[in-house]
Amino acid sequence: MRPEVEEQIARWREYVHRRRAVSTADVDELEDHLRAQVADLGAAGLDDDEAFLVAIKRMGDLDAVSREFAVEHSERMWKQLVVPADDAAGGTAWRELAVVLALAVGAGAALRVGLALLPGDALLRNAALLVLPFVVAYFAWKRRLTARAVAALAVPYAALAVVVNVYPFEPGAAGSPGATAVLAALHAPVVLWLLVGLAYVGGRWRSDGRRMDFVRFTGELAIYWTLLAIGGGVLLGLTVGVLGLVGVDFEPVLGDWVLPLAVPGALVVAAWLVEAKQDVVENIAPVLTKVFTPLTIVMLLSLLGVLLTAGDLVDVDRELLILMDAILVLVLCLLLYAISARDPLTPPGLFDALQLVLVVAALAVDAVMLTAMLTRIAEFGFSPNKVAALGLNLLLLVHLVRAAWLTVGFLRRRRPFGALERWQTHYLPVYAAWAAVVVVVFPPLFAFA
Amino acid sequence: MRIDKDLVAASATPLVLGILAEGDLHGYAILKRVAELSGGRMQWSDGMLYPLLHRLERQGFVAAAWGTSEAGRRRKHYALTPAGRDALAERQEQWSVVADALKQVWQHARDSAERVAQGPAGLARPAEGWA
Repeated sequence: MRPEVEEQIARWREYVHRRRAVSTADVDELEDHLRAQVADLGAAGLDDDEAFLVAIKRMGDLDAVSREFAVEHSERMWKQLVVPADDAAGGTAWRELAVVLALAVGAGAALRVGLALLPGDALLRNAALLVLPFVVAYFAWKRRLTARAVAALAVPYAALAVVVNVYPFEPGAAGSPGATAVLAALHAPVVLWLLVGLAYVGGRWRSDGRRMDFVRFTGELAIYWTLLAIGGGVLLGLTVGVLGLVGVDFEPVLGDWVLPLAVPGALVVAAWLVEAKQDVVENIAPVLTKVFTPLTIVMLLSLLGVLLTAGDLVDVDRELLILMDAILVLVLCLLLYAISARDPLTPPGLFDALQLVLVVAALAVDAVMLTAMLTRIAEFGFSPNKVAALGLNLLLLVHLVRAAWLTVGFLRRRRPFGALERWQTHYLPVYAAWAAVVVVVFPPLFAFA
Repeated sequence: MRIDKDLVAASATPLVLGILAEGDLHGYAILKRVAELSGGRMQWSDGMLYPLLHRLERQGFVAAAWGTSEAGRRRKHYALTPAGRDALAERQEQWSVVADALKQVWQHARDSAERVAQGPAGLARPAEGWA
């Protein structure tokens, strides 16, 4: 081919590549097509220039083509999805920052007021109710939710707030909150997180893609919140140290004012950062999951070894069961985050096999836990804690078994990765439903003990 | 004759699956085959084929692998998977129902057109009686 045509192809390539929905591999594929077409037209008697023009024309309107790519590969567009097209103006960015800061201050102030007015155990149950509406409000503003959608979110929120505050929870032994009160406090945030998700997806809650975006958002929010916490912790530690040396006791101020204001505020700011600074974390996510998946496998296998050699499972400490539940939930989060960070079109590889090992190890731990729990229930009877833990473990079991099954299918190239993704996004609301049951049904069921 | 855009779009998936059932191909060869089969009357924007192929890949109906062309360039080949074969069989059934219904309705239309064509002659006689 003549050098001028080579140059034209290179320029065309660059022009196509500027579209974010079209990846480098796609451009390679399109270029191969273009060159084959030019060669065929050349063989039919056209000269190179003419052949190139005809081939370009046949390729079609590039905007329309790249729009199709964007529809198909929405994960590549997830940067743009969150930034509305008319956001380019500088004024909007400042307005958004102002809204975020106002909501952050509001979240902190709400928790501070709660701290001043509510007794300890009521505050525990209400903390998420006080803070999360501000995250919901941010997304309601950002996604321009309709008044009806906001009302639809407000109803379950109000119901949850009433339940948590009107139920006559009995105090437990030694003045500590009772079991159902603690369970309600632990599960209310899960229900509320579903409401955050509904606001996040902006009403498109049926869409698997948007649900996956929310999983991604949750993972990245956790990373940003942790980063903010570490940075803030270092600053506060240094401040406390310096003030201590000059004889000022900063700790009461820290506990009463700085932390209650800063921790919820940082959550709102982190939510905004995930939205605004997508590119930064997007590149870290696959790396993080690749680092932590093998480490988690090692942890699970060693825990499994210890549990199996520990002997009688009836005597296993209650605290241990709770801790293990927390570990399994963490493994699940890692799995979800890894799935959300993966390009669904990449063929199965070593890392997918590793992920299967992780799921199987988690399944083994879950099976041991279930056995321990059932023997404890047979020995000591039902209690709210045991039933809640049992329910969670059964949910995890179903989730993991199916995930393992689909991963095997994917590794054997029998199923697309999309099937595994869809299973996650379809199953997630079940956890929120279970959490709602624990908050709403458990206290009356167990006499508010 | 140009085929209506919606019709081309609706038939694209079964057509591509059917062509891949004949053997593995790369994108350009698939389009050449479409042109061959339709006598050049089904025109796509070439670029539109690729998002479609990627969708079929995500759905697990086709599997893609990078190879090299005769000219030594990177080239992506597509092959039908067992799931794709099932999907093709299903589409085939759907399309034969549609085609069958259309055939019947064309036949009806032709029959009644013939009847109408004969009709005026039949009606002409009483008209003559009036005259």
